[in-house]
Amino acid sequence: MQWETVIGLEIHAQLATRSKIFSGASTAFGAAPNSQACNIDLGMPGVLPVLNQEAVRMAVTFGVAINAEIAPRSVFARKNYFYPDLPKGYQISQFELPIVGKGVVEIELDDGTLKPVGVTRAHLEEDAGKSLHEDFHGMTGVDLNRAGTPLLEIVSEPDMRSAREAVAYAKKIHQIVQYLGICDGNMQEGSFRCDANVSVRPQGGPLGTRAELKNLNSFRFLERAINIEVERQIDLIEAGGTVVQETRLYDADRDETRSMRSKEEANDYRYFPDPDLLPVELDGGLIESVRAAMPELPDARRHRFERDYALSPYDASVLTASKGLADYFEQATKVAGDAKLAANWVMGELSGALNKAGMSLDASPVSAQALGGMLLRIVDNTISGKIAKQVFEAMWAGEGSADQIIDARGLKQITDSGAIEAVVDEVLEANPEQVSNYRKADEKKRPKMLGFFVGQVMKQSKGKANPQQVNELLLKKL
Amino acid sequence: MHNNTILELAHGLRGGEFTSVELTRAYLDRIASHNPALNCLISVCEEGALQEAELADRRIRAGDDGPLLGIPIVHKDIFCTDGVKTSCGSRMLDNFTAPYDAHVVSQLKQAGAVMLGKANMDEFAMGSSNENSFYGPVHNPWKAGSVPGGSSGGSAAAVAARLCAAATGTDTGGSIRQPAAFCGITGLKPTYGRVSRYGMIAFASSLDQGGPMARSAEDAAALLQAMAGFDSRDSTSAEQPVPDYLSALNDDLKGLRIGVPKEYLGEGLDAAIAESIQLALDEYVRLGAELVEISLPNTHLGIPTYYVVAPAECSSNLSRFDGVRYGYRCSDPKDLEDLYKRSRGEGFGAEVKRRIMIGTYALSAGYYDAYYLKAQKIRHLISDDFRAAFEQVDVIMGPTAPSTAFAIGEKADDPVNMYLSDIYTIAVNLAGLPGMSIPVRPVNDMPVGLQLIGNYFQEARLLNVAHQLQQVTNWHGAAPAGFE
Amino acid sequence: MSLERSDVEKIAHLARLAVSEDELDAVTSDLSNILHLVAQMDAADTAGVEPMAHPLHMAQRLRPDEVSETDQREKFQAIAPLTEDGLYLVPRVIE
Repeated sequence: MQWETVIGLEIHAQLATRSKIFSGASTAFGAAPNSQACNIDLGMPGVLPVLNQEAVRMAVTFGVAINAEIAPRSVFARKNYFYPDLPKGYQISQFELPIVGKGVVEIELDDGTLKPVGVTRAHLEEDAGKSLHEDFHGMTGVDLNRAGTPLLEIVSEPDMRSAREAVAYAKKIHQIVQYLGICDGNMQEGSFRCDANVSVRPQGGPLGTRAELKNLNSFRFLERAINIEVERQIDLIEAGGTVVQETRLYDADRDETRSMRSKEEANDYRYFPDPDLLPVELDGGLIESVRAAMPELPDARRHRFERDYALSPYDASVLTASKGLADYFEQATKVAGDAKLAANWVMGELSGALNKAGMSLDASPVSAQALGGMLLRIVDNTISGKIAKQVFEAMWAGEGSADQIIDARGLKQITDSGAIEAVVDEVLEANPEQVSNYRKADEKKRPKMLGFFVGQVMKQSKGKANPQQVNELLLKKL
Repeated sequence: MHNNTILELAHGLRGGEFTSVELTRAYLDRIASHNPALNCLISVCEEGALQEAELADRRIRAGDDGPLLGIPIVHKDIFCTDGVKTSCGSRMLDNFTAPYDAHVVSQLKQAGAVMLGKANMDEFAMGSSNENSFYGPVHNPWKAGSVPGGSSGGSAAAVAARLCAAATGTDTGGSIRQPAAFCGITGLKPTYGRVSRYGMIAFASSLDQGGPMARSAEDAAALLQAMAGFDSRDSTSAEQPVPDYLSALNDDLKGLRIGVPKEYLGEGLDAAIAESIQLALDEYVRLGAELVEISLPNTHLGIPTYYVVAPAECSSNLSRFDGVRYGYRCSDPKDLEDLYKRSRGEGFGAEVKRRIMIGTYALSAGYYDAYYLKAQKIRHLISDDFRAAFEQVDVIMGPTAPSTAFAIGEKADDPVNMYLSDIYTIAVNLAGLPGMSIPVRPVNDMPVGLQLIGNYFQEARLLNVAHQLQQVTNWHGAAPAGFE
Repeated sequence: MSLERSDVEKIAHLARLAVSEDELDAVTSDLSNILHLVAQMDAADTAGVEPMAHPLHMAQRLRPDEVSETDQREKFQAIAPLTEDGLYLVPRVIE
């Protein structure tokens, strides 16, 4: 039987506000347990929520970015259930009337074609705290610092047909929220979390029963977990079993999904409008101001890179994968004045060094400004590309700016034609045999043979001779 | 001193006739001698009160002014008070010292009022008799063995017994007005959104409203002046200017159109109470008002609707009491579920549990539309009744309660019968309107309340109308025997 | 509308309230009586009526995104039943 996979994703993006969605407590990551949980976050008696305007603006920004309907009136509802990390016994979320309605994003498939994926809705809600299962005399510890952090839950249509598509979609949303500056996208810290609803069906048949996969805290796990789950479901059905609707946890260590029995019991969340909060009414003014302040989105930026910097589609796509990288590239280009050169260095040396060091771009010891400064010295012939690699390494090691390093190490390229000519003459004198061979050789073979002399000259000059001038002089003298 | 009104006391304080410390001591003495029998206070804050009184005296000497400066009051134990036990009448919060002040508490503190203690109440404000308190029933000062009404029964009894100059209360379905009626005092439930709910432990968020309980409309006006106003910490707080309630008291009532709903004077109302209401209405006619018979045709739906809306909200509001971060925690829970179920099962009383369960049911899958949504729609109909009525009249009047105070234990085993005590008050909460109860001619020596209902944010008008009656009658001046 | 004991057990579980076997009959009867009272709503014609969640027709006010709260953990945990290292402790949660 030919099986078809159907996948929908629920993505929780933590919004990058300073304070919580309903309280004035800080959202900073990593504080001492419960030091950023105020009486509202703790669900103390009598305290009340007041909505953070920045969370609303960020949700609207996302909606506008994906061309979604923005609800003129949205309503907060309570989702009632008991859990230690949920202090009030309900989560304030949006149910019937979410702030962002239907929208769409395009993903690029492996064969390069574009596929639209529907976004059903995106709604605002508060995050829960964290349960720590380390041993406190056989008890669980509860830290409510995260409780009340604003989340945008982005729900997709079940439009994806493979784990690869699901990853492409998740990466696309990840890219968009980062470009919009509404989420830092840090998956390790849980700022961007994916749940996947996965089912299989005979090709073209009715939808199968889905399982919800949780704990997918990297794109790799997302892909892996979906593939494993699809296999499990197909094996199960082919062996005569049926898939049950349930929540399954992906266990990366064992590389398997398993049922979360603790959440098995039928939940009845008893949603109803939160009487402590009033309907959020948005006037055209906010939507217009968001539209006016809308930053350039990834697709637009990619196209602009191709057009304005004459980059290949591949290079443009790599450089716009994250806003940080694209910003870095543009800054370096601005200083150096050579986009192609900057692109090669950003994707080559810089990315290589970051990868090797296991560092993220924001932690790079070489700033875009600094790299641009170095590239400028290639452009103005102060150093060669080869010497530049040495300079880059020194910059990476913190030895200073490109100019400082070039000065300190005396790496300035020799452009004085007299000095270069002296070296060229020396080399030609020292290699009479090669000179005569060259002169006898066929026109077609000569360029290759020239390389020998260039190499010798560069070696003699410790790489500092301007390669172009060396070439010209050699051709003349030979 | 304890028979004086707030304005008289304020005058005495400013004139140097007595100090706030002396006044506070006098009330503390009365509390010491009467509270054991009445049980209207859960906590008495002797030390704190005297400190606040001293501070008030210093402010008075420094020329600070304001009608509440140095005036001893009590707060219903539903308002959080920083550093002072805030029990909400429940075992659940018997060990709860609030770490912050409710907005109402800080407003009154700022105005210089002295907090004598925290008043007894039905647990989580759920009740109409004050019998649902973990701290035992409150006795009506007018007749030991009778209930003071509820849920703000402790506040009402304390004001009637002159154990404080005034008190705060809260009203979700009649909890200020009905005890005010039963205890012969003046109580006002403001428009929803007029008084901040911040720090007031929630029962039903879309209905709850704090308000003053005092011995006269004038005193209530002074108290409301300090309580009312916008608070950015409560999303449902109205950004409406607060008028000067005291200065509006003396407007004359010529041409005032009083709507008398026929549904409020029909079946189920004690005939003697109907007579008392009529006597008061006659007084208003003499003051120049005109009576207009009106109809609030959905009145009979008030109670059923309320008993869906309020429990639904309470079932969710009370989920936070789970034995984890504060409050009662059962001993030796064997697992998480046991912790939740026993902490809540043992921490809450029977009526609270009943309402949580009704609300849980009304919101649960398959029943939401038939109960919760249906109730929200009827709420709209009830609200529309009032809207239509206020196109014809300025104020609506009728009885506050269908009977006078009943005996402790009389209705305790019959929750549904108890619910009917709020038949005339509940619709006002569903609509969010301001309502008041003032004493009129007693029946068999027991107080009777006249209910005044105003249009949205018309508290000043209500206080004015109430005050005018209190200028020509003295039903509000009577003290229960033994408490003069 | 009358409830069965099993309905009450289900509701009590959803609400996380311990109701003992002895109480169950009385609670079932009390709740049924209340629902009987509530059933008076059925007679009302609410076709085309908008549900009313709030008494006032106001929109949600928005708060500026400012950190206004300071760490009050010590004060808040002074009233907590059981804490350790700044954490609230509960019986082990199994995932």
